[in-house]
Amino acid sequence: MQQTRSVELGTGLFVLLGMAALFFLTTQTTGSDNFSGDDAYAVTARFENVGSLKDRAPVAMSGVTIGRVTEVRFDPEALDAEVTFVIDSRYDQIPDDSDASILTAGLLGSQYIGLQAGGSEFYLEEGSEIQFTQSAIVIENLISKYLFKNDGDAE
Amino acid sequence: MIDSSKGLIEIRDLDYSRGHREIFKGLNISIERGKVTAIMGPSGTGKTTLLRLITRQLVPDHGTILVDGIDIAKLNQRDLYKLRRRFGMLFQNGALLTDINVFENVAFPLREHTRLPNRLIRHVVLTKLHAVGLRGAADMMPAELSGGMARRVALARAMVMDPDILIYDEPFVGLDPISMGVIVRLVRKMNDALGISSILVSHDVQEIATVSDCSYLISDGKVAASGSPDELSNTSSELVRQFMHGMADGPVAFHFAAPNYAEQLLGRDVE
Amino acid sequence: MLRETWYTLIDFVRTFGALQLFFLRLLINSPTIILRRGGLVVKQVYNAGALSLVIIMVCGLFVGGVLGLQGYSNLSKFNAEDSVGTFAAFSLLKELGPVITALLFAGRAGTALASEIGLMKATDQLSAMEMMAINPLRRVLVPRFLGGVISMPFLAAIFSVVGLFGAHIVAVNLLGVDPGAFWQQMQSTLEISDINEGIIKSFVFGVVASLLAVWEGYNAIPTAEGVSRATTRTVVITAIAVLIIDFMITASFI
Repeated sequence: MQQTRSVELGTGLFVLLGMAALFFLTTQTTGSDNFSGDDAYAVTARFENVGSLKDRAPVAMSGVTIGRVTEVRFDPEALDAEVTFVIDSRYDQIPDDSDASILTAGLLGSQYIGLQAGGSEFYLEEGSEIQFTQSAIVIENLISKYLFKNDGDAE
Repeated sequence: MIDSSKGLIEIRDLDYSRGHREIFKGLNISIERGKVTAIMGPSGTGKTTLLRLITRQLVPDHGTILVDGIDIAKLNQRDLYKLRRRFGMLFQNGALLTDINVFENVAFPLREHTRLPNRLIRHVVLTKLHAVGLRGAADMMPAELSGGMARRVALARAMVMDPDILIYDEPFVGLDPISMGVIVRLVRKMNDALGISSILVSHDVQEIATVSDCSYLISDGKVAASGSPDELSNTSSELVRQFMHGMADGPVAFHFAAPNYAEQLLGRDVE
Repeated sequence: MLRETWYTLIDFVRTFGALQLFFLRLLINSPTIILRRGGLVVKQVYNAGALSLVIIMVCGLFVGGVLGLQGYSNLSKFNAEDSVGTFAAFSLLKELGPVITALLFAGRAGTALASEIGLMKATDQLSAMEMMAINPLRRVLVPRFLGGVISMPFLAAIFSVVGLFGAHIVAVNLLGVDPGAFWQQMQSTLEISDINEGIIKSFVFGVVASLLAVWEGYNAIPTAEGVSRATTRTVVITAIAVLIIDFMITASFI
């Protein structure tokens, strides 16, 4: 009986330690801005060029992450990129004329969507489309613009 | 329902081969109820294999084995396990579970098959241990036991589910004379006191003569002779005489098959 | 020559098929054992998991320490030593945690399982159970298999956490990386899917390592030599299988 008790005790300790480790990994090593699909609403926006924006890229407002990109796809009819992203439903009072731009975190960091508040009285909701967008800045385009500035002027 | 005139276990026309080696060829054995039956034979005749066939740990190539008239080859696992509960088997070295003590080893079948309360299990286990004279060793681990003691514990374990048939695989091998005497007495005592049938595989002629009612001598995959110990030792068969009296040479040759001795020494067969 | 190769191939496929069937038999018998004989499983979780804790934690601590050192010395060339936390976390959670844990598990628990089962077979203990109408697959193999499967994800998680602290000790406490940057960088880069990848890996490795250990023990030739060969094979085959499967899972996640 004594032996059984120590086996049970050891097993219990081991499992508790393992669970604590799993808990630590899931909560402490990642940011807490993980959205479940349930309490978030989806919004779309069209961009001429999304640069290297990817799924799960953050959506930020005033530098605070409020959502995530869920889908980036090319629309063959409109010939532009359609980006779908979800916003945490805590933030349900974002004016529907806000504009979305694709920005870069740091000089060489990953890209994210930045929202700039507009002044409308109506708010974004499930299925809304953001009208005002600004594409990603592609460095090659910038360089060529600068190099061939004269050509551009001549036009 | 059970036809008691027939043998408890009937083995008919049994063939069994392992790889290319034929171990049994047309073996016929009948084991009677309530008797101690010994199966003897020189080493390597497949005595242990026969026990595994009887308990269907192995399946014969041909022939039937009937236990109480039931063909054991046709049983599904459930019915086989039901049948095996009627067997108690004592393995050569005891085969005690090494991670639990003597008491738990004997209690093992009870704990697995029944939902008896602990108090009752304790009672049954101590009774069985007492019967083999090892009640005092209940708390020891199998590794601390001598060979003879381990076999006695295994005997207690084999009996704990009150089987109808007890099977002993080489119970006398490697024991000192005292332990051997103890086991011999136990085999006889268990058989008569509990009214069970015993099957004994061995090549210890002396011990078998004192304990068995009927013996079979197996050689070359067949029964070479059968009968009571007296009948066997007074037989005219060369082979039986050689075996019963432990003669080095005879029908079972001292020399393994080899080329001519003189020629081999002179190197004539080197080609 | 060709014929021999052909036979070897056939043999391999047959063994593989037998292994799958064996796995299936273990799975079929698992629910009843969990429900009715939980105590047996608990004992094996103790043997496979709790008794492996020390080796897992010591190795985790030092692997983490090495990651801290290597990460610091290499990243500081790019003035990116703040990313050492990210570096260590990625390495530990996605690769080193599950893989090294599985290899250590094979060495510590796998060999113990294989030799224990092999010895039980060699000393007729499994046959004795058969004769007592007790199915050794259910009584002996299934609890040991389940014990390993349950233990592995916990062991891998513990390894990763201890490793992170090892990296933290080296990078922050010894080399002077800012602790805020260490954790902040890690938290902003790591996704929940990265952690899931690690957990899935450790679970799969747990199944593979336990299955192979139990299989090798059960199929050991019942002699002293056979058991020792089975023990060695357990480690070798588990290591190969784990690394191949690791590659496949990693590829499927990218």
